[in-house]
Amino acid sequence: MSKVRVLVGTRKGGFILSSDGKREKWDVSGPLFGGWEIYHVKGSPADPDRIYMSQTSGWFGQIIQRSDDGGKTWHQPGTPPGEATTTPDGMPKAESNKFVYDTSPESGKPLTTHQWYDGTQHPWEFKRVWHLEPSLTDPDTVYAGVEDAALFRSTDGGRNWHELAGLRGHGTGPQWQPGAGGMCLHTILLDPGNPGRIYVAISAAGAFRTDDAGQSWRPINRGLKSQYIPDPDAEIGHCVHRIAMHGSKPNVLFMQKHWDVMRSDNAGDSWHEVSGNLPTDFGFVIDVHAHEPETIYVVPIKSDGEHYTHEGKLRVFRSRTGGNEWEPLTKGLPQQNCYVNVLRDAMAVDSLDPCGVYFGTTGGQVYASADSGDSWAPIVRDLPAVLSVEVQALP
Amino acid sequence: MIRVVLPPHLRALANISGDVELHVDPPVTQCSVLDALEARYPMLRGTIRDAVTKQRRPFLRFFACEQDLSHEPPDATLPAAVASGAEPYFIIGAIAGG
Repeated sequence: MSKVRVLVGTRKGGFILSSDGKREKWDVSGPLFGGWEIYHVKGSPADPDRIYMSQTSGWFGQIIQRSDDGGKTWHQPGTPPGEATTTPDGMPKAESNKFVYDTSPESGKPLTTHQWYDGTQHPWEFKRVWHLEPSLTDPDTVYAGVEDAALFRSTDGGRNWHELAGLRGHGTGPQWQPGAGGMCLHTILLDPGNPGRIYVAISAAGAFRTDDAGQSWRPINRGLKSQYIPDPDAEIGHCVHRIAMHGSKPNVLFMQKHWDVMRSDNAGDSWHEVSGNLPTDFGFVIDVHAHEPETIYVVPIKSDGEHYTHEGKLRVFRSRTGGNEWEPLTKGLPQQNCYVNVLRDAMAVDSLDPCGVYFGTTGGQVYASADSGDSWAPIVRDLPAVLSVEVQALP
Repeated sequence: MIRVVLPPHLRALANISGDVELHVDPPVTQCSVLDALEARYPMLRGTIRDAVTKQRRPFLRFFACEQDLSHEPPDATLPAAVASGAEPYFIIGAIAGG
């Protein structure tokens, strides 16, 4: 019998929700690091007991936590309890909390500023890690998407972090500017068939792709149209909220933009809109069914000025045609007086059959569907506002 | 011994119960106390001072002997009562809602 572990980050701590493969009865454990903002928790595909967590605070800054036993115990990488934390000459073994932008001459392009809200140039300042993406093959390699937008990588299990500076340095960096939530790199997709290919998305700069493992990057925003920037068809400046991909068709990408649900069939070289009959195409999350690469999910949100569900109804919309034709999924979800949001990292699918779908709300509910979205039930109702949801299917 | 009082979140992070006692060679300054604290508890690096600039994080305050020392130079000598251990050195999370 398989097991399922749902990893939930909230405004005030992390939670782990566990069930067997039926996904009917759940154990809830937490809060982990209560009082801290847990932006993201994600397990390694190569070693499910290896889990990385972004723990952050306006007071105390950024902490990276790691578990090597499936979430039972946690430590800051390099500082496990009982072990020496310094080398014999007194130097720290690890600096897992240290994210320093690359301004070295070797990077060739030591960027120092980006565009600020008022149009002036502003220094890059590290604030927090929004998203952790473990390597598909190596438990010790993990990517971090941070605010102010940049991509970092650790190859030693999170002990030390180094920026992949080619992203900020490819040329458009000085034009990037923060959205209302800050200038964050929030999406990292690793192509399972091409180790050199990585997609990232930044609010509000757009989507970017590397084909050489992070050395060089280029914007992939052709076809996006955004009325909130001076040139709606600009190469960069689009507020991409989320990108999703199915591993069997890595050239097909789905995007939830600030407004518009988009699709690319050529690895982001061009995009076209697939909002179709959605009641509103504003939203944050988008995800792909684990076994059906043309089945996708979104949660429409009323508008950019009203970050809550449309018509007071919490509805997941599913398309089985890769977009354009959408059906509302409402069974088990509140259909009146519901005004929550579902943030960009707060939806996940498991790999069981039938596929499980999970999402968390700013109202603190985590909902699960064990039948690909046909019906839903809350796992837990009253957590702090949910920032992120990930899921692991375990043997 | 210097006595340092940490906010609850940092005590939990460092697995500390109660005050921290540190040996710091004179002259005892905020910088030397924080250096000693971070050397003893590396998991606190970056949580009190920026990991690179060593500037105090904006929402933390340093108090001692009923004085706010947050804006004192890092290398300024701490009060004798702190250096002697008679009075603790407080690291405080600034008041904020939410």
